[in-house]
Formats: sequence, C-alpha cells, structure tokens
Amino acid sequence: MTEHMTGAEVLLQALKEQGVEVIFGYPGGAVLPIYDALFQQDDIRHILVRHEQAAVHAAEGYARSTGKVGVVLVTSGPGATNAVTGLCDALLDSIPVVCFSGQVPTHLIGNDAFQEADTTGITRQATKHNYLVRKGEDLARVVHEAFQVARSGRPGPVLVDLPKDIMIGKAPYQPAPNTPHRSYRPRTEPDADLVAQAVHLMKRAKKPLFYTGGGVINAGPEASHLLRELVHLSGFPITNTLMGLGSYPGNDPQFIGMLGMHGTYEANLAMHDCDLMINIGARFDDRVTGRINAFSPHSTKIHVDIDPSNINKNVKVDLPIVGDAAKTLGAMLAAWRADSHEPNGEALARWWTQIGKWRDVDCLSYEQDPSPAAIIKPQYAIQRLYEATRAFEASTGRETYITTEVGQHQMWAAQYFRFDQPNRWMTSGGLGTMGYGLPAAQGVQVAHPDALVIDIAGEASILMNIQEMGTLCQYRLPVKVFILNNQYMGMVRQWQDLLHGGRRSESYSAALPDFVKLAESFHAVGLRATNVGELDDVIAQMIASPKAVIADIMVDQAENCFPMIPSGAAHNEMIMGPGKEARVARVTDEGRMLV
Amino acid sequence: MPDMPQNRDKNLRQATISVLVENEAGVLARVIGLFSGRGYNIDSLTVAPVDVTGRQSRINLVTTGTEMVIEQIKAQLDRLVPVYRVSDLSTGPHISRELALIKVIGTGVERAEALRLADAFRARVIDATTESFVFELTGATDKLDAFLALMRPLGLAEVSRTGVAAIARGVGLI
Repeated sequence: MTEHMTGAEVLLQALKEQGVEVIFGYPGGAVLPIYDALFQQDDIRHILVRHEQAAVHAAEGYARSTGKVGVVLVTSGPGATNAVTGLCDALLDSIPVVCFSGQVPTHLIGNDAFQEADTTGITRQATKHNYLVRKGEDLARVVHEAFQVARSGRPGPVLVDLPKDIMIGKAPYQPAPNTPHRSYRPRTEPDADLVAQAVHLMKRAKKPLFYTGGGVINAGPEASHLLRELVHLSGFPITNTLMGLGSYPGNDPQFIGMLGMHGTYEANLAMHDCDLMINIGARFDDRVTGRINAFSPHSTKIHVDIDPSNINKNVKVDLPIVGDAAKTLGAMLAAWRADSHEPNGEALARWWTQIGKWRDVDCLSYEQDPSPAAIIKPQYAIQRLYEATRAFEASTGRETYITTEVGQHQMWAAQYFRFDQPNRWMTSGGLGTMGYGLPAAQGVQVAHPDALVIDIAGEASILMNIQEMGTLCQYRLPVKVFILNNQYMGMVRQWQDLLHGGRRSESYSAALPDFVKLAESFHAVGLRATNVGELDDVIAQMIASPKAVIADIMVDQAENCFPMIPSGAAHNEMIMGPGKEARVARVTDEGRMLV
Repeated sequence: MPDMPQNRDKNLRQATISVLVENEAGVLARVIGLFSGRGYNIDSLTVAPVDVTGRQSRINLVTTGTEMVIEQIKAQLDRLVPVYRVSDLSTGPHISRELALIKVIGTGVERAEALRLADAFRARVIDATTESFVFELTGATDKLDAFLALMRPLGLAEVSRTGVAAIARGVGLI
C-alpha cells in the first residue's frame, strides 16, 4: 500500500493522523493534485474561502476557539502571497496554523515559471518556521514536523511549500514520530526555585497585581482554571491584556478590566502604582506599557513566559520564569500552599481601597439618551448586544463567540463585552489586521456549528474581506456581522483629531454600500438600526435568525474611545472621556512618531 | 527592590556567538533575516558544516550591542527551529581567529618594507610577481587590522577576509 501512494495522498494521510478535520483553502494550478486527492476521500472537510488571506484568518479562528491547529491550503504564487498577511497575524498573536502552499514543479523552481513565487523566502519572517519539500521521501516527516512545531512551545504559523511534481509522484508514508524534535525543544517546566521565589515575593507584597495575557489562553483551559484558583487564593487584583481577555472571568470582583492604551483607569493606575507585578503569558507590548521608562516604575516584576526571547525584550524584569503558563500556575499554587507565611492582609485591604477609589471614577461610563429617536452610542450598542447574548446563553445553553475587526469597535468590544471563559474572544491583537473578524468568525462557526458567532465590526474593516459573505452562504454558516457604522475609520480619525490638528486626511468612509442590500445579495439577512428604539429589536432578530446576518448599526459619529493613553505618555497620564476628571497629557513630538 | 528605569544600560559590548544549526536550506537566511529584521549589527559572520555527516553547521557571529540586546540576540537565535545550541563565547575564555588574503602592489623600498613587515607578522607569501605580493595572514581580528594599517601606505590594493571562527578554551563544548 505504502509504495502506491502519491505525494498528495501521503499529505492527506499525514493530516488525518494529525487529527485534521477541516482545511480552509482555495484551489489553483499547483495544488490540483491535492484537490484531486481531497475529492476522493471523505475524512477531511474542505471549506472554500473567497481569498487566501481569509483562509488563514479562518484557520486562526478555528484554532483560537478550539485549541487545535488550523490548516490552510493555497496555491502557488498569488495564492501564497495573499496568505502572507494571515500568517503574519498568526505569528504576532502566537496562533498555531499550518499552511500548505502549492509550488511549481521542482525542475522549474527558480525559472520565473507561471505563478511561481519564492514562497519560503517571502514567508520566512512571517512564520515560526517554513519548509520546501524537495524530495518525496521527506514529505511525511515534514508534515508531521510542521504540526509539532506549530503547536509546541510558543505556538505559531508554519508553512510547507509543496512542488507539484512531489504531489503527483510516489512517496513513502511514515507515521508521526513520538520523539521530541531534534533541535527545537522549548522549555515548558518552570524552575521550582524561581517559582518558590515568586511566591515568596507574592506573600510579602503590599500592592500586587496579576497581569495576564494570551499565553494563558494558549496554555489551554486548564491554565485559565488554575489562574482563577491562584487569584482567588491570593486575593490579588488582576488585569488582562487584549489577548488575555477570557483567561479570567470578566465579571469577577477581582478583575479590574483590560489595561493599556484603551484600558480602564483602575487597571492602568494599578499597573503604575503596584509594588509587585506578576506577568503571566504577556509580552509587555507597547500598547500595554505606554512610555517605557514610566511603565510601572515602582514594581518588582515577575515574568512567566514560554518564550525566553520575550523576557527582558522591552522591559527589564526582576524574576524571569521560563515555562508553560499552566505548568507554572500549577507550581505557583502548590508553592503558595506550601509556604506558611501569611499574606499582608492589612496592606492588601488598603490596596483594594485605593483601587476602589479609582473604580469610582467609572471610566467606562457614557451618556446614552434613552429616548427611542436618539442616536445610538456605540458603547450602548455593544452593551445591549452583550446583555442579549447573556440572555440567549441562559435560555438556550448555547455559547457565544466574538470576533472583531480592528479599530474603535474592537476597543469598545474589549471594554464592554465581558468574557467568562477562554477561547471565546478572537481579535487581531499584534498585527492589527483590518478584515480579520469575518473570516475568523467563519472559522469559529465551522468548529462550533451550534454556537452564536458574532463579528463585531466597523463599516471600514468589514469591507476588507466582505467577499467571505459568499463562504458563509455556501456552507450555511450563520455568522452575525454586527457593524458599528460611524462612517469613519474611527480610530484613524481619533488619532488625527488628537495628534494631527484635526486634519481628517482620508479617514471618511465615502461611498459606502447599502449593507442591508449587500447582505441580501449574498443570500443573508440584512438589518439596520438607526436609533435607540430600533436597536434591541435588531439585535433580537439577528440572534434569532438561523441565517447569516449583517446588522448595520448606525452609531454616533462623534464618539471616541476612552480612556486613552496617548502614545508616548505614561499610565498615569490617561485622557478620560467627556465629563470625567481629566488630566490631559500633552503629546510630545516623540509620541507622535509612535503609532 | 529599587526603582528600575528601563533600558538604562547604554554600554555597548562586542559579543562572539557560536550557533550550532541543522545544515538545511535557508538556515543562514533565517539567521541573517533575524538580524536585519530586528535591527541588530553583524560585525562578522562565518558558516560551514562541522560534523562528519554534514548535517550540522556552525555559525560564528560577532555582534555589538547593549547587554540587553545581546541577551535578546541569543534568545532570538535559540528559538529558531533548526538551531541546536547557542553559545556566547565572549563570556568566557575563548580563541577567535580569522584569515586574510592581502594583495600589496608596489616596487622598490616599499615592496621590501612590505615583505619585512609580513615576516614580522608571520604572514606567508602565497603569490608573488615583480610588482606584487599576496600575503596570507591568520590571527585575531585586531592583529589583521594592525597589519592592514601598516600595509596601507605600502601599496595595499585588495583584501579578502574570512570573518571570525571562534571556539572556547579548555574542555568546554558549545
């Protein structure tokens, strides 16, 4: 049997052995042998996207909502180059994806053949690792290795470039090895002494703060469970990064909100004033730290990360611990229980009193005119959507998954939607890819056919991958697109107003389509709310519909995202929303250079 | 703990880093891409297969940066998938050598002086015409630099250098 398999059959056999159930892809000349093999089997499902970038985002959505590796198949040349943005997105957000790209036959490589691109060259810096398979006997090994690399250590995208002749020719099959990789062996077990030192510091802290990120989500649901336990046991406050939302319940009293550029007042001031920071699986991103030399200036810093290159990259830390978040949290819990020293309850109580005062500022409050004819505030739209989904979950037992595009709507979603579980929140954090949300939502819906999957979008971002409405229709994926339509690239405009003298260069969304008709033309349902009176009804109709829906929510054009730490400012120099005590930071020239 | 101003250390140091890698296509491009993509300096880079099977290559890198940047470089190199080991030789006793082929063109007194200095530096004459020499000189980078400085007024015409190969002293391995 083995000798009679073609390369394409070997590829599919290896995918089956890796537990792959679904591939997001788009055919073309160089991958025709693979599509032919796909056609002749029933184990692996193929979802035909409308653009290769969307295939990668869909695989990301699939991966982030399941914890499995997402799989992509694209053709050579433009197929592969279109996938690059998605790969880069997965790299920056540490999402396990394996992308198979077609390549011209080996004898034509380097000849500028039709649809030839140097795919491994182009994607070298956009992937965790990539391969060009030059010999049939390497094929099975490389495919298995690609999955091993994608999911182990700090996860990430891996690309495998497959010349057409290798797919057509015969190739031997080898099962997945159960040995570690020969050269890539990331450390996952934390050093016990360092963990004990961390707990020693935690027990003696007066103003401690947990700061947790996507690493906790990537370490699996067990990590979130252990984090909950440790935070409850310690009584410390906790803040999440954008990527970490859901790793700790958003409605828990010890949760003080997201931190960073659009984080809460209490989270940012707590970060500024804390005396012990316990960073688990976050990477001191510039959106979180603000001005680096003013970032959390008085704290002793513990940093747990599976990737040693994240340690001391942006911020010098005092106690680095390399390890998997779940394993380290487990070790910390054990060490906490073993250490008989009592935490400083009095100091902690004072710390909570201080945090309570910051909370009283109520930084996320906004004024919504309740009359039915009033203009909808975008914050109110998210809040009503959140409440409606909570009611929906309670009454049906079905789960809600949220994806977003990139911009103001994304920040409002992060601020006003609360996540109680990991893997429910999919957003492009590192790369900030407009057009991420719709394809990511389709990947989530493929993985969770019965779930309520909502892409919270802006009217500008959604147009970047709007063609995926066709995919939703073809596979009857009932994704809901909830557009906060303010007719501006709102975040661009907010920065122009703040930093560039209000010159709104090219940030107006001119010539918008009629989103209701657009939805209908893709055989989906189109809804629109133009005032407060219509909002709840549109949300209810959207959730109740068995079909894909675009809900076009016309919101207040003037609204901006607050609080905001302007670029180059410190955490205690936040700009607050209208009507709140403001200490307005002046943006320096240096700050204007930062993005 | 004292206040910790970030990135306070501005002191630069030169580091000699050896990296043992899987000898596969693109591995050198990965290392160079890492340096260019993240804005690190490469002062010198050499690479060649070093085991009998030809499966492993050794890359020797000389780079300059702050302590924080050099730590970053090592961590970034170490997380490349085909990298087996990364060793910062400059943190301990080690030997660095490079080889240069040096063409000096001239006649008369200058030519005689070039030959005399070459002898003092133990450079070998590996090619000669009536108006030129090619010297082969092996040594630490500063020795090569010193020799080249002396040759410059004596008709130094062309230089080809290998870059640094380095190894730790004693029984310690990479």
